[in-house]
Amino acid sequence: MVERQEEKNASERPARVLYQNIGLAFFRTGMLGFGGGPSSIPLVHQEVVKNYGWMTDDEFGDTIALANTLPGPIATKIAGYVGYRVAGIRGCLIALAASVIPTVLLMIVFLGLLQTYKDIPWVQHMSASVVPVVAVMLGVLTWDFIKKSGETLGWMRAIFIIVLAGILIEGLQIHPAVVILGCILIVFSPLLTRRKKP
Amino acid sequence: MIYWHLFLAFFIPGILGYGGGPASIPLVEHEVVGNYEWMTTQEFSEVVAIGNSLPGPIATKMAGYIGYTEAGVLGSIVAMFASVAPSLLLMIGMMAILLKYKDEPEVKNLTKIIRPVIAILLGFMTIQFGQESVEGIGPGYTLFLMVASFVLLEKVKLHPAFVIALALVFGAITGL
Repeated sequence: MVERQEEKNASERPARVLYQNIGLAFFRTGMLGFGGGPSSIPLVHQEVVKNYGWMTDDEFGDTIALANTLPGPIATKIAGYVGYRVAGIRGCLIALAASVIPTVLLMIVFLGLLQTYKDIPWVQHMSASVVPVVAVMLGVLTWDFIKKSGETLGWMRAIFIIVLAGILIEGLQIHPAVVILGCILIVFSPLLTRRKKP
Repeated sequence: MIYWHLFLAFFIPGILGYGGGPASIPLVEHEVVGNYEWMTTQEFSEVVAIGNSLPGPIATKMAGYIGYTEAGVLGSIVAMFASVAPSLLLMIGMMAILLKYKDEPEVKNLTKIIRPVIAILLGFMTIQFGQESVEGIGPGYTLFLMVASFVLLEKVKLHPAFVIALALVFGAITGL
């Protein structure tokens, strides 16, 4: 209990300790969060709210909600934002580096090994055997996205958008970025026209 | 030039991938395999497989690794910066504005409307990886690995990292 109280006062202690704590917190969430950024949110909550008390539950909830309304990787957005809130730009950079660099290094080591020995037949067969597994993982992820779309939009609308996007992207070869930008414009157009009227 | 291309290749998925890192996988694939041809589908699938087996955010792991293989340490930094910075800067810079608008139906709808688009992108990628696999190791072996990994992932609820590791071991043994 005494120790936790000490951690709670982290912001009043020397800056170096604070930077260290930010580094440690996001190193842990990065190294322990399997399954990509979204699955590490509970770990971040553990560190930021319970362990160090940098944010209250409500503030953390707001942060997640806002991070979700913006595009891009979620874990780094949260890490960078919390780091910034707690210790400014340096805190932001430390949090980002701690959550990203260790896992990228692991990635370079593992895939580098695979690349070095890729001409050996059994290594080739080994990496080829991963492709169908990745296909299954992507298939499961696809189904998650479809199911969630149906639940939030209603199945008729969800299927309509899915089919339309499929025709635009695969049939007409329109860049997916253009299709998504189009969606953003369509969604925001009522907001813009509404704001023009005083 | 390569740095500018790396920046673009990861900036676009970073700024349009609604739904976190995994949602940006098909967008990254579109740039890396389709547009710039830095990798084959097979190589990209290795990146996704290893990326899924290792801890940490997936989008930055892909950016850091692909940036590194294309243009060394600086390339890695450029790619990671491109995937992380834009949305993070938006978040820090627009916190006040976002807080004001976060309950507007349009803002709430954005993720909902874009999710089905991401779904179809993921679906196409699934088919592409399936085809790649059939061409590479044949339909029978592909089907066997797909069924086995689906059962292990979804029914046995084995951790993805273990499933990838099993596939690697199995592939190595059968390839001997």
